[in-house]
Amino acid sequence: MSVKLTIANQMAEIAREHGKTLAPLRDDTVLLDSGLDSLGFAVLVARLEDRLGVDPFTASDDAQFPVTFGDFVKVYENGAAH
Amino acid sequence: MRTALLTKAPSLRQRVRDGFFRDRSANVRVADLVRGTSLRCRLPELAGKSVAIATGSQLTAGLALIELDGVARRLLILPPDVDPSHLPALFASAEIDAVVTDGETAAHPEFDLPLRVDVGAEIALTDRLPEPARDTEWVMLTSGTTGVPKLLAHSLAALTGAIKPAASNDLVVWGTFYDIRRYGGLQIFLRAVLGGASLVLSRAGEPIADHLDRLAQYGVTHLSGTPSHWRRALMSPDLHKIVPRYVRLSGEIADQTVLDSLRTAFPSASVGHAYASTEAGVAFEVTDGLAGMPQSYFDVDRDGVEMKIEDGSLRIRSPRRASHYIGSDAVLTDADGFVDSGDMLELRGDRYVFAGRRGGIINIGGLKVHPEEIEAVINRHPKVRMSLVRPKASPITGAIVIADVVLESGAAVEADEIGVVKGDILKLCRDTLPRHKVPAAISIVPSLDVAATGKLARRHKVQG
Repeated sequence: MSVKLTIANQMAEIAREHGKTLAPLRDDTVLLDSGLDSLGFAVLVARLEDRLGVDPFTASDDAQFPVTFGDFVKVYENGAAH
Repeated sequence: MRTALLTKAPSLRQRVRDGFFRDRSANVRVADLVRGTSLRCRLPELAGKSVAIATGSQLTAGLALIELDGVARRLLILPPDVDPSHLPALFASAEIDAVVTDGETAAHPEFDLPLRVDVGAEIALTDRLPEPARDTEWVMLTSGTTGVPKLLAHSLAALTGAIKPAASNDLVVWGTFYDIRRYGGLQIFLRAVLGGASLVLSRAGEPIADHLDRLAQYGVTHLSGTPSHWRRALMSPDLHKIVPRYVRLSGEIADQTVLDSLRTAFPSASVGHAYASTEAGVAFEVTDGLAGMPQSYFDVDRDGVEMKIEDGSLRIRSPRRASHYIGSDAVLTDADGFVDSGDMLELRGDRYVFAGRRGGIINIGGLKVHPEEIEAVINRHPKVRMSLVRPKASPITGAIVIADVVLESGAAVEADEIGVVKGDILKLCRDTLPRHKVPAAISIVPSLDVAATGKLARRHKVQG
């Protein structure tokens, strides 16, 4: 499964668990408008660490906080490549 | 001989200078309070009373605080997220005999007191302002975890002890992501009022994009929030609209990632993280861009604030601390006057870094969680023998909770059934606990360490 699809699936599952409606995910979807709140993203990052074996925000020295869904996927694709 | 009147500290109204309070719908010139009132001319009725501030908006709460300091006997500052079921106990403890509300105050029987005064964002001229006659007690709620929060009494002198006179006459516009009815936000409110600065406030439920737009519109120069607030702001496409000169973090432990991200986002701003608690007051601020604090902070008495480490936790002796608990026998300080912060410190190189909370209390984006409460829910599941809830470091909320679970021997542990049991446990948690207390992940483990005391061995460290 691609990194992008894994992330999208996890976001859908967390939105369901948290009783939120997930916006359609495009690369330019702003994360804060996606339907998940801070707690949702915290859970997402923890679950992705389990699935993908990396938390690129904590591991990297120059992590930038992602703004869009595309940015977020890129952080993981780059993180997984290292 | 000095009279009592002369020794009383000036009230907040007497110290008001310039500046505006602004939120989405109001724009108030604070100096108008020198000869005016936002309390519909009913301030004299509140003299000597114990008054609960129960407004819906931060802005009206701020106006009421300025007006009532020096007039009321006691001000109980209710944060917006106070659990309504705790109000009867809080009002009884604080001996509340009057309440200040606004048009957005939620209905609650406790607020229907005979003396209920509405505060509005309009200031009316009046010649009936009572003379400040007393040092008002400012009462704040501890950011408690379970049960009724404790009440802590502060003096205005202690609350403003860390505030230095403005260094220059440059225009300052403060903004805060942190509600001014919490200790960290109240510091910003008091800085703005005493410094004659403007203050841009948010309204309940206001989207962050709108808040950032208004901060940009009013030219925010100084902006404060918890690390979790800042991480959320860093994820906003609108963050670039603001250009603060000073960025402040407080209320949670600031990690290196959020400090570095703020440095990148605001290259010309100075970034400081402050350590403060409702109990101990503002202890120190670190401005070198690094997480933790230099070891040298412990060597000297810094502005009258002394710190030491005992049993691994930070202890603070400070004139800025709360004076006492109200309605509780709980003891605030040890025999030497030190407050135990419960925050554990570790020396790494020449810096102390924070390493979690004593007693395993977990801070999730500013909300404190007792792991025992979550374990009790998990342990209700018939297939669970025992469980351990622990923090996991999160780049978004500082920490989240995860659970290690030991199943009953004999309980079904076929590989394909583990997923079902985990799902059941999570459903149980979701049905009974608020969202931030639901574990982000559950691991089934063969056993858990039990300490010599017979209790679960809890490491205080946040696992990375």
